Amino acid sequence: MEKFTTLRSGLVPLPIENVDTDQIIPARFLKATTREGFGENLFADWRYAADGQPKPDFVLNEPRYQVHRILLAGKNFGCGSSREHAAWALYDAGFRVVISSYFADIFRGNALNTGLLPLQVTPGELRELFALVEQDARAEVTVELPGQTLLVPGRREPIRFELDAYKKECLLNGYDDIDFLISQESAITAFEQQRTWVF
Amino acid sequence: MPHTLFDKIWDAHVVREVAGGLSVFYIDRHLIHEVTSPQAFDELTARGLTLRRPGQILATADHNVPTRHQDQPIQDPLSRSQVDKLTENCARHGVELFGLGHPYQGIVHVIGPELGLTQPGLTIVCGDSHTSTHGAFGTIAFGIGTSQVTQVMASQCLLLDKPRRMRITVDGELQPGVSAKDIILHIIAQLGTGGATGYFVEYAGSAIRSLSIEGRMTVCNMSIEMGARGGLIAPDATTFQYLHGRPFAPQGEAWDRAVAYWQTLFSDEDAQFDAELHFDAAAISPMITFGTNPGMGMPLAASIPALPEAAEAPSFEKSLRYMGFAAGESLLGKEISHVFIGSCTNSRIEDLRTVAAYVRGKHKAAHVEAIIVPGSQQVARQAIAEGLDQVLAAAGFELREPGCSACLAMNEDKIPAGAYCVSTSNRNFEGRQGPGARTLLASPLVAAITAVEGRLVDVAEYV
Ligand code: SF4
Repeated sequence: MEKFTTLRSGLVPLPIENVDTDQIIPARFLKATTREGFGENLFADWRYAADGQPKPDFVLNEPRYQVHRILLAGKNFGCGSSREHAAWALYDAGFRVVISSYFADIFRGNALNTGLLPLQVTPGELRELFALVEQDARAEVTVELPGQTLLVPGRREPIRFELDAYKKECLLNGYDDIDFLISQESAITAFEQQRTWVF
Repeated sequence: MPHTLFDKIWDAHVVREVAGGLSVFYIDRHLIHEVTSPQAFDELTARGLTLRRPGQILATADHNVPTRHQDQPIQDPLSRSQVDKLTENCARHGVELFGLGHPYQGIVHVIGPELGLTQPGLTIVCGDSHTSTHGAFGTIAFGIGTSQVTQVMASQCLLLDKPRRMRITVDGELQPGVSAKDIILHIIAQLGTGGATGYFVEYAGSAIRSLSIEGRMTVCNMSIEMGARGGLIAPDATTFQYLHGRPFAPQGEAWDRAVAYWQTLFSDEDAQFDAELHFDAAAISPMITFGTNPGMGMPLAASIPALPEAAEAPSFEKSLRYMGFAAGESLLGKEISHVFIGSCTNSRIEDLRTVAAYVRGKHKAAHVEAIIVPGSQQVARQAIAEGLDQVLAAAGFELREPGCSACLAMNEDKIPAGAYCVSTSNRNFEGRQGPGARTLLASPLVAAITAVEGRLVDVAEYV
């Protein structure tokens, strides 16, 4: 997993609630057996017409947003299927942060395991951020993971965001849970010997 | 101190607590399938790791398999390579596979229970969000992402924070024509798609107790659709009776010990929940969804609600636009062209019996395409043994071979763009059943009646 410390970038606004993982990456694109290449089909049904042509009015197809690496989305982002492919697709398409006022549990975990930061703000802060992009599509914010802050131009105070301390360490250092779990080998073996509920 | 059912099982599975409220949490059984496992096997190999407990893993091919001609090679090259990859990986790593052609093959959440692999007090995970289905047995079961699949493969553990506990009590008697599916659609319509985020839900109450195991699975199955990490129901005589004699259930003296333990699995009298909700079973009607998430549901005979408050209005409107419906509209009389009966929510033998009982001696409407995809080979064989296949064929329903099929439309079973499909599955997301497809979630009985009438009708007049 790649390390994450700070990121300065513009925002891609997707003011839709309950964006489910079937929208992020439709099931018919899950036939690959590797992790790469899903970015092309990110939001495929919103992004491309039936003939495969990009729909000009979908935000990812607008040239002014192409370089931005932060997705700004409505509440309950990533609900639905457990497919980690959704996080891979966002990452593969260049996103490193998703900002929303609420993330579905499995998506949040998958994102963190992929090196994609799910940054949760309050509903009020989310409205502010949408208003900011609406005013200026090029406005850039800065995500600082060490201090857990989001610096927003024109805002007096930075936005503080919560993140589990362990997960933060993982992102900062680029490790994942496997390394840690493997290191628990002896405790796990001892535990297995006293399981009484398997018959 | 009194404990909830969830706490009893969870706490028993904590190997150790680590900093920051996380625990190393032990997984008893791990189910895998062709779509979310290949990258996990590759990751394992890339790191030079092996499967820690191959005997605690079971594999099947379900998400991406055709539902016709399963005896022949898979036509679609990508699907074929995915299924082949699973076969290779299982052979190489010593994992038992109930693949295509195996008498136990089927949807992962249908076969675990019917083989008796799913037992009270266990922890079960699978790279599929509807793993919550197994909670019907008093099991802590939940879906995980592919990175976590790798973690369980390597360590038989996950690093987790403990969810909060919610209890949903449904008391009273169901009205005729109202089933487990309606109970859960009703609850989700009340709570919304994020209403139980961060919680593990215990379902309780007389209406839940009176459900069969199949019905309980339907309820637990859709827990994830309101954001819950999972759902579970305390095991009881119904549970034990269902498990008795199944291929992987304990036998003989082990069975007696198992039941003695399973009988301790319930929430103590004064156990505290972080949230408690109550529903009256008698107030639940046959349900239908009208939007593009499972929370957008209503009694079939009701009208689509008016637009919600400002903040939520754009998403609600977008959803109705996709469905071709308007706020305030009644759906009665709406013509339906497709009916899909299947998925891990409603593809068990009881569901097929419900459908067959209704359509016996009737015929589907001429313009309707009605397909039934049994959840497993065992369900399919049982249907044939009971003659249900004949009844369904005579009624113009097409009985397919087991798999996930049009639940997620990875294979060729897709609903055409713009078409309305009444489906017994669990998700009505945009494009879930094929690009542009419009899904209305309902119970098997509502699906059967719709297929015969060719349009949505008030179920009360048909039962
Ligand atoms: S039937 Fe549908 S919901 Fe169930 S496991 Fe298959 S794809 Fe997932």
